[in-house]
Amino acid sequence: MPWAGHSARYAYAEIYKLIERQKMTLVFVNTRSQAEMVFRELWNINEKNLPIALHHGSLDASRRRKVEAAMGASRLRAVVATSSLDLGIDWGDVDLVIHVGAPKGISRLQQRIGRANHRMDEPSRGVLVPSNRFEVLECTAAVEALSDRIQDTPPLRVGALDVLAQHIFGMACAGGFDADELYREVRAAAPYRKLDRKDFDDAIDFVATGGYALRVYERFARIRKGADNIWRLTHPRFARQYRMNVGTIVESPMLRVRLIRGSNKAQERKSTVARPGRVLGQLEEYFAENLAPGDTFIFGGEILQFEGISENDVLVSRAKSADPKIPAYNGGKFPLSTFLADGVRKLLADPGHWNALPAPVRDWLELQELRSALPGPNNLLVETFWRSGRSYLVCYPFEGRLAHQTLGMLLTRRLERAKLRPLGFVATEYSLALWCMGDIDGAIEGGALSLDRLFEEDILGDDLEAWLAETALMKRSFRNCALISGLVERRFPGLEKTGRQVTISTDLIYDVLRKHEPDHLLLRAARADAATGLLDIRRLGEMLGRIKGHILHKPLERVSPLAVPVMLEIGRETVYGESADAVLSEAAEDLIREATSGVERKDAPKRNGTRLRRRAAPR
Amino acid sequence: MELAFGGARLLADCSGALYWPAERTLIVSDLHLEKASFYASRGVMLPPYDTAATLAELAKVIDYYRPARVIALGDNFHDRDGGARLSGESRTKIFALQQGREWIWITGNHDPETIENIGGDFAETFEKSSLTFRHLPGTTELEVIGHFHPVARVSVRGRTLRRRCFASSERRLVLPAFGSFTGGFNIRDLSFASLMGGDFFAHMLGGERLFSFAAAHCLPD
Repeated sequence: MPWAGHSARYAYAEIYKLIERQKMTLVFVNTRSQAEMVFRELWNINEKNLPIALHHGSLDASRRRKVEAAMGASRLRAVVATSSLDLGIDWGDVDLVIHVGAPKGISRLQQRIGRANHRMDEPSRGVLVPSNRFEVLECTAAVEALSDRIQDTPPLRVGALDVLAQHIFGMACAGGFDADELYREVRAAAPYRKLDRKDFDDAIDFVATGGYALRVYERFARIRKGADNIWRLTHPRFARQYRMNVGTIVESPMLRVRLIRGSNKAQERKSTVARPGRVLGQLEEYFAENLAPGDTFIFGGEILQFEGISENDVLVSRAKSADPKIPAYNGGKFPLSTFLADGVRKLLADPGHWNALPAPVRDWLELQELRSALPGPNNLLVETFWRSGRSYLVCYPFEGRLAHQTLGMLLTRRLERAKLRPLGFVATEYSLALWCMGDIDGAIEGGALSLDRLFEEDILGDDLEAWLAETALMKRSFRNCALISGLVERRFPGLEKTGRQVTISTDLIYDVLRKHEPDHLLLRAARADAATGLLDIRRLGEMLGRIKGHILHKPLERVSPLAVPVMLEIGRETVYGESADAVLSEAAEDLIREATSGVERKDAPKRNGTRLRRRAAPR
Repeated sequence: MELAFGGARLLADCSGALYWPAERTLIVSDLHLEKASFYASRGVMLPPYDTAATLAELAKVIDYYRPARVIALGDNFHDRDGGARLSGESRTKIFALQQGREWIWITGNHDPETIENIGGDFAETFEKSSLTFRHLPGTTELEVIGHFHPVARVSVRGRTLRRRCFASSERRLVLPAFGSFTGGFNIRDLSFASLMGGDFFAHMLGGERLFSFAAAHCLPD
């Protein structure tokens, strides 16, 4: 049983055998990258040439329709799928569902297994394939919960202000509204039952003029209150604006993946750009943005080489190499449910239940108990140790990767202030590891650092605010709010505004608003969104409240068995990094000759910059 | 950072302004003043802080270099009516900045006409020694131009950074947009290469200094 990773490589042969024995098997995975990998590996061992297909949201729609049609006509033996096949229609006669990776949630798992044998009077069959040790615990906890018929539907979200703004604009377009009446009506909807009048009035103000403290846009107001107290549009063209932008789903900007003939030479690459080829599907812009020409990645079951981006197309060629350089893109990552996390913690703390676990996992936990301690259901285990000249801190909150990433960012800031010189951190679904140049154990013993203080709830106050100011996550969240609320317009086909340009302009707006109107409605909406979504602050807050006064600190001689999985992630993950300027500077140094040929330079003579004279080689 | 361009020694500032010490001339391009209010007049309510922010930034650079002459290199206003929408405070601020120095508004494609009650002189081009200052590219030998809002992208250890930049070749020097709400145009676009004519360089704006890259090394969008 692997310590870490998500490939489930050990199980492919068994999965293949299961597929052989059934008429039709659905293989569910959590991410598109896993789907690509499982699909590829199954074909590598597909000696009988069984018709096995791939289905995920990034593939071109026509390819997906083909797979669906083939399923319906019982022409396939297996489909490897992400949540793109989760819901809705019955896809033919599925005999078995195999779930590779962590179930993440009990209701979600039930939904997926329910795809098999979709008849009322017979049970569905499912096989869970954990891809690492922690996932064994998660699977076991999920199966127990399933047999107890427990559901873990996510809690109702509080109504968002950007959505409210869109609704108000819509009501004005639909003939106008009386503010008091609309307020009553909106409050009748459960998510908005606690909406206060000030927020509601702010939202009206926002729809009318942008809601800025400088009241300079009154003459441009989109809605106005008439003598009869009814708010109406000031011009019918705004109804068109509303219709073009209505909706609360903001897709992350996607680029088409277009196959061209590849080339290894940069000059030839230019000429290939002009020749459009077949579209293979779509992928997220942010993924493409981090690729450099020549990078290889898996998509649609094959290894592709990135050639460049042209307008809305990612140009790729078939790669000759067998190893993709970039494993794959994410997509569809969401954290394990709070309920399931509780289940895992309880299972860990109760050796009486371990007989359900495979022997290697049992041994692993027993060794953990011997060497360190097991995390309890209500405490937080914090381990500290030295390794290769670095001081490590590993903790096990079990609150999901998003919450852990947020916690990692915040702890890093605190450790920086404690002068422990943190270097980086990695987060998994279950644990968080961070490492410093300074001596964490020494600081704790000497009284300079208190773990209770380090994990205190007030970390979600000023520290969070200060971090939010810098993080790109917040800007992404703001962009969504700006689109939904109608502050900026969505892109329309034919108009020359790519998602990239939208990102830039909302980033600028975000910076300006933070500076001039930190309490603006949209910033409040973006913060609330981030708190429940990208940063999972709500969950982090609940965890910090739960473990207050219950931190179990284990200073260790070496890495504990439970810490191994997260330690193995180090190096695979993006870690807390230097400032953008530092990175640029490094790149600039690397390329200094190239950069200076033909141009004479000397470094910033202005302000307090140091002078550094370099003469270029004469041309 | 010092740039040698056609025998002139120019200082590229991280704010996006260009200073010519020998002529005590400061050049800024594409201020796009009153861009937000232009959008607001069409129902897109961008925050009305762009003009004040741009002028404050401009005041900082002017205060630092204390130039005898300022050239605003076109697209100074986002549209023809931008000058008329200017608030009283912003107008006063512009007059104060013009105090004691020559001020040249080069006209651009967004603001092709003379604007009333804004001070300074208006011109399509301005020539000094061997250099020509204009908004759009022309046919003269050595041109300092604006219009394109150049940005460059580089990838470093898995991180991609996209910044405004100066772009320079032997013949042309393109200034980044100075305005606070201005987007950017990637220098790797093919039309940009033909504009520059041959090899050229991007000088990306950092917080404290500029970073130079050969354009061939930068990434397209």
